[in-house]
Amino acid sequence: MKHVLRSAILGAAMAAVASAFVPIAASAETVRIAYIDPLSGGFANIGNAGLAHFRFMVDKLNAEKALPDGLTYEIVPFDNKINAAESLTVLQSAIDQGIRYIVQGNGSSVAHALVDAIDKYNNRNPGEELLFLNYAAIDPALTNEKCNFWHFSFDANVNMKVAAMTDYLVERPEIKKVYLINQDYSFGQAVAAAAVKIIAEKRPDIEIVGNDLHPLIKVKDFSPYVAKIQQSGAEAVITGNWGNDLSLLVNAGKDAGLDVEWLTFYAGLLGGVSALGDAGVDHVRQISEWHANVPNAEMDPIVTEFKQLYPEFDWAYYRVGTLMNMLTKAVNEAGSPDPKAVAFKLEDMRLPTPVGEVWMRKDDHQMFQQLYLATLAKGMKFDLENSGIGFKTDQEFTLESTVLPTSCEMKRPE
Amino acid sequence: MIPGNRFLPLMLVAATIVILALLPHLFNSRYALTLLNQLGIGIVFALSYNMLLGQSGLLSFGHAVYFGLGGFTALHALNAITDGDLPLPVPLLPIVGGLMGLAVGIILGWVSTRRSGTIFAMISLGFAELVAASSNIMRGYFGGEEGISGDRMSGPVLFNLSMGPQRDVYYVIAAWMVISALLMYLITQTPLGRMANAVRDNPLRVAFVGYNPQTVRFLMFAISGFFAGIAGSLFAINFEIITAQAVGIEYSANVLMMAYIGGTGYFLGPVLGAIIYTALSIVLSAYTEAWMFYLGVFFIIVVLYAPNGVSGVLAVHEPVLRARLMHRLLPAYGLALVTAATLLAGAVVVIESSYHLSQPGALTATMNLAGIEFDADGWRPWAFGLGALALGALLLRETIHRVGHAWADVRHHLTGDAAT
Amino acid sequence: MEGWIFFLFNGIVYGLLLFMMSSGLTLIFSMMGVLNFAHASFYMLGAYFAYQISTITGFWPGLIVAPVLVGCIGALVERYFLRTVHRHGHVAELLFTFGLAMLIEEAVVLIWGRNPVPYTVPPDLDFALFQIGGMSYSAYKIFMMAVSITMFVFLYGVIARTRIGQIIQAALTHPETVGTLGHNVPRIFMLVFGAGTGLAGLAGVIGGNAFVTEPGMARALGTIVFVVIIVGGLGSLTGAFIASLLIGVIQTTAVAIDVSLTDIFATVGLDLRNVPLHELWSKRISDVAPILPYLFMVLILVLRPRGLLGTRDS
Repeated sequence: MKHVLRSAILGAAMAAVASAFVPIAASAETVRIAYIDPLSGGFANIGNAGLAHFRFMVDKLNAEKALPDGLTYEIVPFDNKINAAESLTVLQSAIDQGIRYIVQGNGSSVAHALVDAIDKYNNRNPGEELLFLNYAAIDPALTNEKCNFWHFSFDANVNMKVAAMTDYLVERPEIKKVYLINQDYSFGQAVAAAAVKIIAEKRPDIEIVGNDLHPLIKVKDFSPYVAKIQQSGAEAVITGNWGNDLSLLVNAGKDAGLDVEWLTFYAGLLGGVSALGDAGVDHVRQISEWHANVPNAEMDPIVTEFKQLYPEFDWAYYRVGTLMNMLTKAVNEAGSPDPKAVAFKLEDMRLPTPVGEVWMRKDDHQMFQQLYLATLAKGMKFDLENSGIGFKTDQEFTLESTVLPTSCEMKRPE
Repeated sequence: MIPGNRFLPLMLVAATIVILALLPHLFNSRYALTLLNQLGIGIVFALSYNMLLGQSGLLSFGHAVYFGLGGFTALHALNAITDGDLPLPVPLLPIVGGLMGLAVGIILGWVSTRRSGTIFAMISLGFAELVAASSNIMRGYFGGEEGISGDRMSGPVLFNLSMGPQRDVYYVIAAWMVISALLMYLITQTPLGRMANAVRDNPLRVAFVGYNPQTVRFLMFAISGFFAGIAGSLFAINFEIITAQAVGIEYSANVLMMAYIGGTGYFLGPVLGAIIYTALSIVLSAYTEAWMFYLGVFFIIVVLYAPNGVSGVLAVHEPVLRARLMHRLLPAYGLALVTAATLLAGAVVVIESSYHLSQPGALTATMNLAGIEFDADGWRPWAFGLGALALGALLLRETIHRVGHAWADVRHHLTGDAAT
Repeated sequence: MEGWIFFLFNGIVYGLLLFMMSSGLTLIFSMMGVLNFAHASFYMLGAYFAYQISTITGFWPGLIVAPVLVGCIGALVERYFLRTVHRHGHVAELLFTFGLAMLIEEAVVLIWGRNPVPYTVPPDLDFALFQIGGMSYSAYKIFMMAVSITMFVFLYGVIARTRIGQIIQAALTHPETVGTLGHNVPRIFMLVFGAGTGLAGLAGVIGGNAFVTEPGMARALGTIVFVVIIVGGLGSLTGAFIASLLIGVIQTTAVAIDVSLTDIFATVGLDLRNVPLHELWSKRISDVAPILPYLFMVLILVLRPRGLLGTRDS
């Protein structure tokens, strides 16, 4: 009878449930960091790439004995299936295990949910505070109207990136017409709004010849959009699209013989370069805090060593290194890994990194760092995803040039 | 429901309440309570779904619409409570969310229940896509990507529940679960519930006896929307945040799987389904990246071999138990269980090794399964896994034959008893 | 004026793509009454098989071999699984294919990984063929259109004009009669399912390199193919063809319309800015273009449940 197999699976599942109810005691010797990101399903690759970065940094710092009093780091991965509710469920599990540091990056909706839940937890459980270090969620609201003391953002937010793109346009006076096409959700809408506002300030002569929003991951054929771009006479397109929405758009453009500059945020997101292929070369630019072909003697060995350890990935999250180094410095200065003390030490911290100093602003917990605009090109020293295509710097933006005002009114604990 | 003693349902309810009251004392970690809360939400949601699939024969691909909209409404109401605009205790929020589910159920149900079968399924899919797409557009109501959040520790306090600790939330969810389940059970006993079954089985005959099948479907649909709204509100209270994901296709698919795995033919089937599904999707995913694979296989096995779900499988044993013939089945079951366990062990080793090797970022081939460490790229785990798989499969055929024989024997006795 | 012809043409291009992607589904549904939720997964398998073959022999052999392989898998699925579930009714069949889709996605991840694979358009067809309104059309796109039309003509010819087609159609409605006439009805169903999944595979071979070949492609194809066959009318091949073109044109044209309902009503003096759901009405039609097919489907189902050319209700 087949019933038996079912009972067996059921039994196994029940056993798993039972074991889940037993909290695991935390060791006092380790600073445990919960890594909450997608580790199964469609975004598992991106989640695993981030995890590899953190593991790499943790191994490096532990080997250097970077923490005081013989403390070591440990990364504990949790799969949130890129879902806000699942993230809160695994957060409970992390709390049960005595973990007090949370890192996350994929999905601003998850980041908002975590900020909200951690703030409530910290208010309801004084003395057991959690600290959230966000390495990639860049909704400007996180460090503006929804800013929170227990949240630190280590990636440049949408407004900062769009401002840098506009600074690039200032250097390119021949570009007179810009088209905006974005995914119709918070991030895409934020990109469109920031572009309209900042371009009007810095390059009022530029005409925004189109501002399209399309539903997220619903468009199969971008030809009609490309036709609109073509007819508008745009010379550059700003798009926050990522994943298929980006590669299908750029490829449709290539098919139609569209000759524009693509100014993007996520062309280098894992899988992006493979999907873009040759269509992206010399046309697609990305704004980010770093790329492998920024000449730097300190970073080159890290890139090589990381590739040897994790052949499927490339060292892409420069800021993960910065995040871990800042955390280490803060723990050392605070003399203990207590999140509250560490949070105060992180505020206003300045730290030299291989390509320049970074600064964590106290007002909103937004970190500022250098930014680079770079184009996908062939024949570079370091390529991405073994594609033979890598980034080539177009322009560098200093830390000072990326600083924007914030509307944050932060409530600080005593 | 199991027929027989009139007091059985009452005793069942009493026992349930006692167990529900004891559970948080047995499992008091935050994670365990969160899981129990999600289980309770899942049970209400799955039971409401079964009012459609099981009781009225309506296959919906968009049940999360009512769940999600109920949840959003509850959170907006919660924020109104926090702002002092609504003097309602938080534990009563599900009434608000339920009414929203009912309202949306009435509007969309009026359109979609004019049809049944595939057409109905496709209309529900269309509405689900439309609502999911609108959720990104209507930022005022759905709060954009970050969703809507609130603070459940506000408003008038009821029953001394501050609503801060997970345990308070647990009691609220448990209470609503019992109330909703009872109400939904009572509905199955009303003429409407009976008529819904008749509509499912033979709409023409219902029309002949003077009922309008459309009206019956419509009423069931709207009521089911009400309970889905309650489940959504409980979700909102539990997480204090709700995002557009809650109205999405994924949640609709989840509840379909819950109800079907548990069994749509029995009132308590979806309860079982919600438990199994939650275990597989939340707990198993904490242990293995392959949880979706296991879930898919399990779901397919149920569809192929147990169309009445797990509860259907349990229910066929009811007359056997009653006739005290279980001992005739148990030896065959025991053998089958051992062989199935062998097969499962082999399959798990093979699947986990494959996933481990395919997983990017696997630093080494060394993996850890149930405390045993081994190299996924060596021949040993594969030899063991494939061996156990093959052995298990071979023996399972044999043992299933035995189970078949034992059943033939039991059936013989059962019919023999009936004859005498 | 030229602009509209241009968008109409783009719409037809997209419509033909849609038909190519949904023809296998239509075949299976119209012949067997099975709504195959794993259709998009077979489409994905076609793309991956073609990619694997193209790494060894180039694009063209894969065009034949990959769909045949996918069709064989489809036939096996029918023979060993779907037939078992068939006893439990259409809902069970549908749910089986639903579970199958989950498994195929996981299997693809296990074999080919999660990143997109570099499956590219064959160099023989990778050039701009002609231009309309300043926009180039690649030879590959025209090739895709040709394949789509061939599929339609072929299917239409087989089903409506041949004896085999009549037997297949009769097998659905009168299986006993067809059986007593000496035809093996289960085998007919197996072949139909194999052919339908093979068509899905063929669409994958051709669509995989035009778009992106990655494990999420089945999910990304999503439910739009169901919209096509529902709008066209359950069981009608011609209906599906017309529906594809219609949806293609509606969606493509909508992208060009940069006004919202609020704007339109404002021209006749009605102010929608403060009515309920105002955010929805103030959305420009171009921004909601990709969800219009779903609205269209719901409207069709409500107003004319059997679809454009459907012959039966369910």
